[in-house]
Parts: sequence; C-alpha cells; structure tokens
Amino acid sequence: MKRLNKISAAALLAFASQQSFAADITVEIQNLSHGIYITPIAAVAHTTDASLFEVGEAASTEIQMLAEGGNLDGITTIGTSIGADMIVNPAGGLLAPGMTTSADLMTTGDNTVLSVVAMIVPSNDAFIGLDNWEIPADAGTYTVYVNAYDAGTEANDEIRGGGEPGTPGMPVPPPLEDMVGTGGSGVAGADTNAAVHIHRGTIGDDSLTDGASDLNNTVHRWLNPVAKVTVTVR
Amino acid sequence: MQYLAKHYKKALVLTLPFLLAACGDDDTREVIVEVEVPAEIPDPVPVSYDVTVTNLTNGQPVSPPAVVLHSEGTLWEVGAVASVELERIAEVGDSAEFLMLGDASAGGTGPITPGDSQTISVSINDITDANLTIAAMLGNTNDAFTGINSYSLANLEVGATYTTTRPAYDAGTEANTESAATVPGPAANGEGFSPSRDDTGFISMHPGVVSADDGLSSSALTVEHKFDNPVIRIQITRTE
Repeated sequence: MKRLNKISAAALLAFASQQSFAADITVEIQNLSHGIYITPIAAVAHTTDASLFEVGEAASTEIQMLAEGGNLDGITTIGTSIGADMIVNPAGGLLAPGMTTSADLMTTGDNTVLSVVAMIVPSNDAFIGLDNWEIPADAGTYTVYVNAYDAGTEANDEIRGGGEPGTPGMPVPPPLEDMVGTGGSGVAGADTNAAVHIHRGTIGDDSLTDGASDLNNTVHRWLNPVAKVTVTVR
Repeated sequence: MQYLAKHYKKALVLTLPFLLAACGDDDTREVIVEVEVPAEIPDPVPVSYDVTVTNLTNGQPVSPPAVVLHSEGTLWEVGAVASVELERIAEVGDSAEFLMLGDASAGGTGPITPGDSQTISVSINDITDANLTIAAMLGNTNDAFTGINSYSLANLEVGATYTTTRPAYDAGTEANTESAATVPGPAANGEGFSPSRDDTGFISMHPGVVSADDGLSSSALTVEHKFDNPVIRIQITRTE
C-alpha cells in the first residue's frame, strides 16, 4: 500500500530551492516471490536522460551480464561514468524469498530518477527492473511493485549452465544447488522476442533427474509482481 | 469496539461572598468547589461499509471472505509468518477464528464461484479511520489466498467507493503438491486444515498452480484451475 506522509509543502519547497535536487532517501527491496532468489541488487539514482534498460529495446551488454549471471560490474561501471549515486549489493549476496534489504542514499545534482536492477535465479536471463522512476520531491513513503523481465539475450532452456554472457544454461549458486535438478533436455530455443520484455515465467517439470527442465514446477514458477521497492524520501 | 464515554465536566461553583460571624468586619472569601457532573453519553454513530468481492478466476472458488476492521498493525503481510487464523482460511476457507480478530468483522455467506460477486456489510461505531483487512481462500489450491492488508479507510467519505484488484498470495504453510489428498476445493475434496507446516514458512506471492495439464502429473488440478493476477476485485463503499 502506498503511504503518503506529506509534511509542510512550503518548508519543503524552500528546502528544495536551496538544495537543487539533492534527496535523502532510503531504498528498501523485498523479494515477494515464493521460491525465487534475487542476486546482488543495484539501486541507481541517475539523470533522466540515462537509462539502464528499456522494454522493447535490446539489452545492453551490461544488462546481459547482470541478467545472465548476476554480475553487477557492468552496471556499476556505467553508473560511475554517468555520475550516478548508487546502492550496490545491499543484501550482501542473494536476497531470499520473503526477505527485505534496504540502504540509504543521498542523491546529488540532477540524479532525480531511480532504477533498480538484479537478476532472479534460477533462470536463464530473468531480472527485476525498475526503470527511471521519478524520485518524488515530497517527503513520504512510496511503494512500487516490480515485475520480472526477460533480457531477451539467452534461450530459456531451464537447464544448468553458466552465467557468463553468451554461455547457455542457468547459473546455479550454492543455496540453490539442491533445489535445481539435472538431466533436463532443454525447454526452449532462443527467445522470439530478443528485446527486453515481460518474462513469460519458467515452466519447470516434476522430475529432478530428467524431463525438459531442471527447475521444479511447484517451486520455481512465479507470477508478477516479484519484488516490492519502497522508497522513503526525507 | 464500544465507544466508552468517560467524560466528566468540571463545574466551577463560585460561592457568594459571605460574612464570617466571628469577625465583625467585612471579611469575604471566594471558595471554588469542583463538582463532577457526568457528561451525556453521545449516541454511537454507526460507520458502515459495503464490501463487494468479485471472483475474476476461471476455476477457483473464493471462500466466504473474512472482512475485518481493526485499528493498527497487520493481520497478515507478505514476508511474515502466517497466523493460525490465516492458515485456517488459506488451507480450508474457515474464517471463524480470523473474524474474531480486530474490532468489528463480517464474513461472507458462502463461496463465491468464478464470475460471481458477493457483497458483505460491516459496521463499526464512531470510528472513521479503521483499517480494513480481507482474506479468502482460492479453494482449488493447497494454501492460496487473496485479500487486502490493512487498507486505511480514513479518507473514504460517505458514498465514496474505493476499487482495487488483488493478486493471489501463498500462506507458506502447506507445500503446493496440488494432490487430491490435500486440495479441499471441489476439484479434489481433499484434506482441509492441517496444523503441520511443510512449506516456506512465510507469506509470499503465489507462484500459480501448475496442474496435471501443465506438467505436474500428481496434480488433481487441470488447466481449468490455473489463474493469473489479479484474482479478485474488491469494491469498498462507505454507506454511512
């Protein structure tokens, strides 16, 4: 639920006029899913003319690194190059289902929009994405529900593989080792939609040792939304 | 909660100046006496809501919704452990215990079949800023439920309506086996509430049902029982 705690607008405007666009915010991310993990998260405050991803457009190499292997290095390099203010890996690793992580961020200059990205596992190239969300000027608490996207860069074969860009198959980090099966024959070929798009979900199967998928169809499916981002503006 | 008036008016009684007999001069005193007079207890003002729940699914009966008004906190929340009261709704659609929570409540008259709607009226005296919580099971599942968590009614004026659509949640109390033995709805007529917990242990978004048609050979469910979000529409109208 969205909670708006409006404080004196006059005082706030006076403050804003002195401080240009600087904002003191807390970004909280909750994994809403039943059985999907979120890899290290980047929450990036940047200018409105920058964008980490766009639906309907091909994913950048940096988003591909993130979505296929959970690697934040490309995103943080971009962030630094565009003078963004960043929260990097607030959970210190994987964010398990139901869990919440948060961190504070002081935005500077014209960094008035927030993007949040992280891979979700187990998957081939699924990621959560908040794209250029305008940070409100009014103090308060704001909630955004976030969907799962498909980077469009790797076939959703749902079998074990690697996380390097271009390496087929899914990376399986240690906590998921016993939950992901083996011996799947492969679910699907290359995406029909090679641009960033809403993920169609995984299908899984009911065998840990054969079948088409290495995923468990009662554990590793999801329905949107998969994450909740709560931003508190002070 | 009954509004208990516990007011007392403090009456100031100023005595008139009087002569002290012992003294011959015009010595006067003012004495203030506090008298407690019970205030009139105002008649309670009913604040009432019509809550209409519409089932948006293809093949999931929605159990009689529990509608609860409460002052603060949450009765269920994603990421939190489900109470036993919620577990009884999510695993078998039994809202009797959940309806005991909060300050006022009302339950549905029966299951809401797909495409159908039901209006539940709930009233509370004097309180216009209660929080509304709803929970109801999706019957042909292990422990899926839907509803709304602590929606503030403070800004809902008489005659106004708030409409929202709501997704499916997983109580996290029973593994989603979809087996005939564990799904209580008409698709399987299996076991309802079980005090043991063998799932994640916390409330989450529901991943959806798989069904036998979509790869879970042991499932009692078919493609008819699949759903996507949202699964219900809720319309809340303040009537007085």
